Amino acid sequence: MKQNYDLLVIGGGPGGAVAARTAAEKGFSVCMVEKRPAIGVPIRCAEGIGKDVLSEFITPDSKFISAEIKRARLVAPDSTSMMLESEMAGSKVGYILDRKVFDRELAWQAADAGADVFVKTRASAPIIVGGEVKGATLEHCGTRREVHADIVIAADGVESKFSRWCGMNTTVPVREIMSSVQYLMTDIDIDPHTTVFFLGNEVAPQGYLWIFPKGERSANVGIGISGKKSGAGHRARDYLDRFVSATFPEGKTIECVVGGVSVCKPLECTVADGLMVIGDAARVVDPLTGGGIYNAMFTGKLAVEVAEKAIEAGNFSKSALMDYDTRWRESFMGKAIARNYQIKEYFVTLSDEKLNALIQSASKMNLSEFSTLALIKELIRRNPKLLTELAALRASLG
Amino acid sequence: MLQVHRDICGYCGCCVSVCPEGALELIDAYLVVGEECTGCGICAKVCPLGALEVVDEAEL
Repeated sequence: MKQNYDLLVIGGGPGGAVAARTAAEKGFSVCMVEKRPAIGVPIRCAEGIGKDVLSEFITPDSKFISAEIKRARLVAPDSTSMMLESEMAGSKVGYILDRKVFDRELAWQAADAGADVFVKTRASAPIIVGGEVKGATLEHCGTRREVHADIVIAADGVESKFSRWCGMNTTVPVREIMSSVQYLMTDIDIDPHTTVFFLGNEVAPQGYLWIFPKGERSANVGIGISGKKSGAGHRARDYLDRFVSATFPEGKTIECVVGGVSVCKPLECTVADGLMVIGDAARVVDPLTGGGIYNAMFTGKLAVEVAEKAIEAGNFSKSALMDYDTRWRESFMGKAIARNYQIKEYFVTLSDEKLNALIQSASKMNLSEFSTLALIKELIRRNPKLLTELAALRASLG
Repeated sequence: MLQVHRDICGYCGCCVSVCPEGALELIDAYLVVGEECTGCGICAKVCPLGALEVVDEAEL
């Protein structure tokens, strides 16, 4: 470990690894630190990602893909179900990853590109000089050292501390944390190419319960509920256990995954003097789906592209880094977050009766574009009253 | 004060994200409660597993 780098990346998930890889490919000296002893574990993810967006960052490879997804099924509170298919029925629309291998592969690529990588190494405090972030104190197995960098990229996930230490407000509102539990189950009857989403206030209040295939007879079976709805006796785990014992009584759980997923608005500002915040730490998770892998990788790459200009200009001030904040908000991803936030805010108000009616309106949908936006637009086409119920929804759909 | 039931905790960091005081930190596989903790109980509410409990200090 050197004492000085161009860039210091805190966190070794997909966002941090893509940032480190991009920086190394551009010829910068970059150091990525991961507080855990291994990259990619423990899993804190349902592992789903769209087909197209994955290949923007990595060539899809069977070694980190557990399942190919061809369709999705939405199940209403009254058990009515609706199948979502691509117009090209049978074509794959997404993947369920094996994050343990996927994250490791990305970190590997970052290292191969020339990034320094350290595990079991925790940033315990920022180095702040004249109000500007200039590095971090790093702790590794009882040793402590100061590492200086022109720019620090905080990629420290949902439990992010670094940007808070630098003065940012990162607190997620209680109602907007999805309190989540997932079992990797095996020996269960599933459709290995269909993701299933269960909706309803009895099943998963203000969230959803999912079955994401991991193989012919294996799946991530998980749930996220609003923190507001969580409490003693009615936690995410209680809901999931009830579902699992009723649906897969003979299934075997080979891994228990826990986590929090933020579905709030992104941080008010994702840069400060010498600091850029990416991925879950920036709260750029899709508020409707809870998906965050792509958004983390997207912001990781973009942050380094903006950092490159700042380094060339020798100016690491907030205003010099602001282009990152502006550009991700204006991007397809940023606009999708803003729009899906409005849609999420509407959906959490829906009663089970309304959810039933919505899903009953379509037992099958063939979407030209397989996305949540395409789904919402089609639901609105079939239920025009939806638009009159929420003006913000109309505005956000353009 | 906040008590962490380590046998239940899944060290996921869900609680860290909602703490209004920034009093919690997930260090590798254990949760640290800082002096800033006010015992408000928000973390205990959102914990997916029920590993956190606000207890009366006098009872300990």
